[in-house]
Amino acid sequence: MNRTKGDEEEYWNSSKFKAFTFDDEDDELSQLKESKRAVNSLRDFVGDDDDDDDDLERVSWSGEPVGSISWTIKETAGNSGSTHEGREQKNRNNFSSYGQPSKPISTYSLSSFFKGRTRFGSFQSLSDALSDTSAKSYAPELGRPKGEYRDYSNDWSLSDTVQRLRKGKVCSLERFRSLQDKLQLLEEAVSMHDGNVITAVLIFLKRTLSKEILFRELEVRQVALRHLIHFLKEIGDQKLLLDLFRFLDRTEELALSHYQEHLNIQDPEKRKEFLKTCIGLPFSAEDSAHIQDHYTLLERQIIIETIDRHLESAGQTEIFRKHPRKASILNMPLVTTLFYSCFYHYTEAEGTFSSPINLKKTFKIPDKQYVLTALAARAKLRAWHDVDALFTTKNWLGYTKKRAPIGFHRVVEILHKNSAPVQILQEYVNLVEDVDTKLNLATKFKCHDVVIDTCRDLKDRQQLVAYRSKVDKGSAEEEKIDAILNSAQIRWKN
Amino acid sequence: MAAHLSYGRVNLNVLREAVRRELREFLDKCAGSKAIVWDEYLTGPFGLIAQYSLLKEHEVEKMFTLKGSRLPAADVKNIIFFVRPRLELMDIIAENVLSEDRRGPARDFHILFVPRRSLLCEQRLKDLGVLGSFIHREEYSLDLIPFDGDLLSMESESAFKECYLESDQTSLYHAAKGLMTLQALYGTIPQIFGKGECARQVANMMIRMKREFTGSQNSIFPVFDNLLLLDRNVDLLTPLATQLTYEGLIDEIYGIQNSYVKLPPEKFTPKKQGDSGKDLPTEAKKLQLNSAEELYAEIRDKNFNAVGSVLSKKAKVISAAFEERHNAKTVGEIKQFVSQLPHMQAARGSLANHTSIAELIKDVTTSEDFFDKLTVEQEFMSGIDTDKVNNYIEDCIAQKHPLIKVLRLVCLQSVCNSGLKQKVLDYYKREILQTYGYEHILTLYNLEKAGLLRPQTGGRNNYPTIRKTLRLWMDDVNEQNPTDISYVYSGYAPLSVRLAQLLSRPGWRSIEEVLRILPGPHFEERQPLPTGLQKKRQPGENRVTLIFFLGGVTYAEIAALRFLSQLEDGGTEYVIATTKLMNGTSWVESLMEKPI
Repeated sequence: MNRTKGDEEEYWNSSKFKAFTFDDEDDELSQLKESKRAVNSLRDFVGDDDDDDDDLERVSWSGEPVGSISWTIKETAGNSGSTHEGREQKNRNNFSSYGQPSKPISTYSLSSFFKGRTRFGSFQSLSDALSDTSAKSYAPELGRPKGEYRDYSNDWSLSDTVQRLRKGKVCSLERFRSLQDKLQLLEEAVSMHDGNVITAVLIFLKRTLSKEILFRELEVRQVALRHLIHFLKEIGDQKLLLDLFRFLDRTEELALSHYQEHLNIQDPEKRKEFLKTCIGLPFSAEDSAHIQDHYTLLERQIIIETIDRHLESAGQTEIFRKHPRKASILNMPLVTTLFYSCFYHYTEAEGTFSSPINLKKTFKIPDKQYVLTALAARAKLRAWHDVDALFTTKNWLGYTKKRAPIGFHRVVEILHKNSAPVQILQEYVNLVEDVDTKLNLATKFKCHDVVIDTCRDLKDRQQLVAYRSKVDKGSAEEEKIDAILNSAQIRWKN
Repeated sequence: MAAHLSYGRVNLNVLREAVRRELREFLDKCAGSKAIVWDEYLTGPFGLIAQYSLLKEHEVEKMFTLKGSRLPAADVKNIIFFVRPRLELMDIIAENVLSEDRRGPARDFHILFVPRRSLLCEQRLKDLGVLGSFIHREEYSLDLIPFDGDLLSMESESAFKECYLESDQTSLYHAAKGLMTLQALYGTIPQIFGKGECARQVANMMIRMKREFTGSQNSIFPVFDNLLLLDRNVDLLTPLATQLTYEGLIDEIYGIQNSYVKLPPEKFTPKKQGDSGKDLPTEAKKLQLNSAEELYAEIRDKNFNAVGSVLSKKAKVISAAFEERHNAKTVGEIKQFVSQLPHMQAARGSLANHTSIAELIKDVTTSEDFFDKLTVEQEFMSGIDTDKVNNYIEDCIAQKHPLIKVLRLVCLQSVCNSGLKQKVLDYYKREILQTYGYEHILTLYNLEKAGLLRPQTGGRNNYPTIRKTLRLWMDDVNEQNPTDISYVYSGYAPLSVRLAQLLSRPGWRSIEEVLRILPGPHFEERQPLPTGLQKKRQPGENRVTLIFFLGGVTYAEIAALRFLSQLEDGGTEYVIATTKLMNGTSWVESLMEKPI
């Protein structure tokens, strides 16, 4: 890939813009003088008042009570609706004026401290120097004094080159031809820690070295390697990135990095096909299963979506007419999909893709998760019969028993959230095993009967008396409480 | 306007002035009238160093937000783009430039990269064929932005991810540059301490940079006695816990951006009788929060449980002050009263605002769920039940609470157990992926790589040793009149701040064993000073330590450091610098994988 010398010279001669150096004090000496001067004169505003700062400009400063930048963007852009904030701004300024009056302070520019920064315009960009010869199509820049164009100098030393790159100055890397030169250049850049320079050198190496050599050399230079990976990610050079991971045998990263691309694919069919290519990539064992599930889920969703969209628009199916779908099911998480299927396809036979039982089996959804989701969906539809069935188990003698893998306190909360009627709530509050929890829930959700009965069973007269004040005057509950309180058969504990 | 920056031990207005000066210099390079097109992210940080008036003085007539397609009309000579060096922004700029109306008057384009020019970006502009359209392409090294009298931030939201996930040192390089700037302004810092891989890198860079400037002896009397560089990954625990100081909670609940917070407006409308609420404001109430506001400076770092009593005391003082008017009889007394009136009214306005904010926060902190969450956090931090699946976390997932909340808790458990048992980790992962979507595999991988959520290796849990040696959990915490930094988390003393505290007294030698358990090297460097600049400390005079958090710092940690600064026999005052002001939520969010 190395260009011949002839090519290069031709490039520099024919290129419409010329690389240049500034006629500014680029040499070390003047740079030092400048920063020394700057640093010395800083004493002035730190402490003593020395006045020999002749050629450094002094700026007097006082706080100015005008709008903030973000506020002004709106103002000058002439958007409407900014008046409110404008007022607020004024208020704030009034307020701040009670603070200490600010003293005028004079100061100097930062830029003079370290950089041999020029007084004139910008430097030519780094990339110009690194660029391919083919890309020279733009017009000469206007508004730049002729004097700024200078002949290109080609004999910077290695460390000079890196220094210049670091300061953002033009500097061709083309003269570093041998592999050894290039690697030294890279090492010098790495030792500077300046990511921008490291990247500059890496771009040059990427362009002028074969992939194999580049990878091989970077494998033993970890810092540079990490910068290359970051750089490839940033420019989205997925292909080279995957090659690199493959070369380094970093298989898990390779797999994840490939998988990540699916996020950028909008079309569900294409995304599904892409996910298919991820199956079998070297993920960790756990993740492999998840990736497989991800593919299967999207595959299902596409089928369900097609059928349901059709059903919904045909307008013949009651459930879709009564509860139009709020959004497509595509790309929703598994639990959301299960909820959807419990909502729209609850009674379907196990054989269909959209049936909840089928989803449960395919994705090995734990009982707890399944019950929670089904409960939420059926409660939302106020299908209390389904709710009841969800917790009813029959033993072999045919006796039924209520059982909830999530605990009945959770059942009650979910039912309440879906505004279940008191009779229903009551039934489940009664199934809560822990008495304190039961009493709390019953009180919270106003299941009077449960509260009253529980107090009676606990023989807690005081609590019952206290509860009497919470029920309506003359209500059936009040009567019930009175009857219990007057009963001679109960031996109250208090 | 920025007077609060000079209240502290170190006058940070000096830094602010220096960066303002540099901004003016750049603006003057582009002669004639100008419009600035802003990368929206930058307006916040810039707002802290300059107001529109400064720009206007330098002929900035219009300002726009950077958006696709065509630039809005503006009759100006120069168009200047103020942008972060990001590729996606370059695409937008190119679109703007290319759709420029050729028939209109020719305008000059310029770019100011903040904080640095980037080769990649310029390459992208070139690929898009617009690089040549720019006359000035420069950088504005706004590395450290002064936020308060004792607080500096780089506001680089991706710094943690870059340093600890991608091992990209660019933000460390900026940190080192920022520190060089500080030293140029405030003198060479004679002693550097550090803990962590990144801290080591930054110290190396500083030493190297200093060597490169040989010859120019810095002759400023040093303001800072020492510098402490701390890696965020030395203490992954602290940001995950919910901050319980007033400022910390404001940030947790509403998010403070560049010292501003946006609040729901309902609580801030003046109550009028007979007003049937038809003029309810819909726009969020925006307030600036910094120490320029006397009341805020007093309460920001208190535990939230101690804020109420201060506010009610203040209310009494202010009412009493207003009552004084009845006692003012003579003209002189009335005059005296009137002269105090503006200050009193300001105090009353400030009190009203903070009472409203405190009410908003109280609504959250008194909720059942907040209490449950806090209980779980505190159990983890004190070492209870960290090795099994937690019921509350399970419930949060089942009820589909925000994913970030779940991740914060799971990560907290992992960190407090030196990693989770494989079975527990797999269980959480599965639940999370099934409930929130499989694509979060990528986020979980990032968290694992950053060390936040990982399997336990070697079957050893080091956290109890660390907790006991550093006294991270204090049972007898006093929230009202704290005696220890643990008040900021109502029991948990932030590890990072404990390290700083122990460094200043009795020194790290006492905790060598724990330092070895924590990741990364610990080290000490000296930067020799010429004899004339060596400080002779007066008896009783405090040392000033600059503490730099590489990867972010929370408001609760800042509060803890301020608490140490104010201790009468503390001996050390702290100035705090960081790559980003953050909380657990913004932190975890920065590690989440989004579409490219």
